Amino acid sequence: MATTSIEKEDAIHPGKPVVVDRYNLAARINHWITALSLILLALSGLAFFHPSLFFLTGLFGGGQEARAFHPWIGVLLFFSFTGLFIRFWRANLPEKADRQWLAHAGDMIKGDEEKVPEVGRYNPIQKVNFWLMSLLIVALIITGIAIWDQYFYDWTTIPQKRVAVLLHSLAAVALICIWILHVYAAIWARGTLRAMTRGSVTGGWAWRHHRLWLKELADRHRTKKPAAPAE
Amino acid sequence: MEPSPRTATSNPPVAAVPANLGERDLVRRSASSVPSPERQLEPVAKLIDVSKCIGCKACQSACIEWNDTNPAIETNVGLYENPHDLTPDMFTLMRFAEWENPQTGNLEWLIRKDGCMHCADPGCLKACPAPGAIVQYSNGIVDFIHENCIGCGYCIKGCPFNIPRISKVDHTAYKCTLCSDRVAVGQGPACAKACPTHAITFGTKEDMKKLADSRIEDLKSRGFENAGLYDPPGVGGTHVMYVLHHNDQPEIYSGLPKDPRVSPVVNAWKGVAKYIGFAAMGLAAAAGVLHSALTGPNRVTREDEEKAEDLVKEKT
Repeated sequence: MATTSIEKEDAIHPGKPVVVDRYNLAARINHWITALSLILLALSGLAFFHPSLFFLTGLFGGGQEARAFHPWIGVLLFFSFTGLFIRFWRANLPEKADRQWLAHAGDMIKGDEEKVPEVGRYNPIQKVNFWLMSLLIVALIITGIAIWDQYFYDWTTIPQKRVAVLLHSLAAVALICIWILHVYAAIWARGTLRAMTRGSVTGGWAWRHHRLWLKELADRHRTKKPAAPAE
Repeated sequence: MEPSPRTATSNPPVAAVPANLGERDLVRRSASSVPSPERQLEPVAKLIDVSKCIGCKACQSACIEWNDTNPAIETNVGLYENPHDLTPDMFTLMRFAEWENPQTGNLEWLIRKDGCMHCADPGCLKACPAPGAIVQYSNGIVDFIHENCIGCGYCIKGCPFNIPRISKVDHTAYKCTLCSDRVAVGQGPACAKACPTHAITFGTKEDMKKLADSRIEDLKSRGFENAGLYDPPGVGGTHVMYVLHHNDQPEIYSGLPKDPRVSPVVNAWKGVAKYIGFAAMGLAAAAGVLHSALTGPNRVTREDEEKAEDLVKEKT
């Protein structure tokens, strides 16, 4: 039984519709700091990646400023993501049932979600997204330090720096691709964004996309009184 | 056609002349393109004859003087190099190597004036992400334009000779300019002017090659059978060349690379990685657009909400 599937903050608010708490305020702030720093890193990093995008340094006040800010934003992202990692790694551990789900991943992508096995707090694609992001962010901070000449010039040799800068750019491209798919998926599955804005989803959303998670919450009577209606 | 700015003469002009080397002479500009220049300047070169060098460091002094830099005063650690490495304030450095010649048993003191080689195929320029921070003139001089430099250090990764240094003061990269400002007005580089033994000479690349040939012939006649010109083809040749008495093993001259070329890692990073990168990001975005068009949004239905309400009612 996937006891790892529910987080402390998760709770059902009975009513019409049912509302389910998914991310508490701290988790949401943590997420949006990570998101903002990732966007700023992508913009400044892409400026160095290709001359046609160099104009993006203007957003940071110029080339010198973009060069100076980029690694520091990277440090912020690393620690912020570490916060997310600590919050969510358990819920993202692979399970046996994930195999069956993955066999139906095609149906999910086709939009035939009814044919897909029930799943807990995260489906296997979300889990892969989580672990790939974790791996890439570790790769980016390590290769990033290797090319952060202002403070760590002496830590690596020039041949190592060359490899580091190549890997850094490739890892960044991979992370941006995963980020694009992450954002797309959150928009495609309507009703998902409110999980990271208001912190809650509707019961129907949970039933449709993460039924085991909803069932487990219900089984464990993780319910809260509905908020008093406004008078 | 105007005369090309160059000099190999011992008495260059002393009257003020307008600079004759500028933007219109650019053949390459980092992270940007330049129109092909209307005139082609005659390629110039500095020839450093290692066999004539006495290690006096007059070239370093002249370089400091002309470029108005202030290398930090360091501590003597028992080496001849002073300062201990190239720095943002020291564009050229005499490197001293003691080498025991296995054939003769002689101890040879190999002194090499290190600094930018002004490659015909400059790795620094290739790596540079800042438009116009590194330029190459049609006479072969590779120059850093500090107002465009962002201090990222990519030039360090691109350079096969470990030359550029980033200043901690203004966060821009520095290296030998081949005295582009002097060459522009018909003067030779400060180091060449100061060299007391004419180990450093400056002129057209063609003339310098001829001069090198005569020197190599002389060295060979005196038993240095491997004497030769260091003008490495891996970087398209250089506009700073060495006459080496042991041209078969340049590494013994304080690690001068035998076959320098822009690292394949740098070429991959600046070449194929860019195409892969844009293709991958484009595909990811296109996949989203296409998927959205084909399947439409994944909406929660009224039925889903009812099922959830039933479940919650049943359990509580």
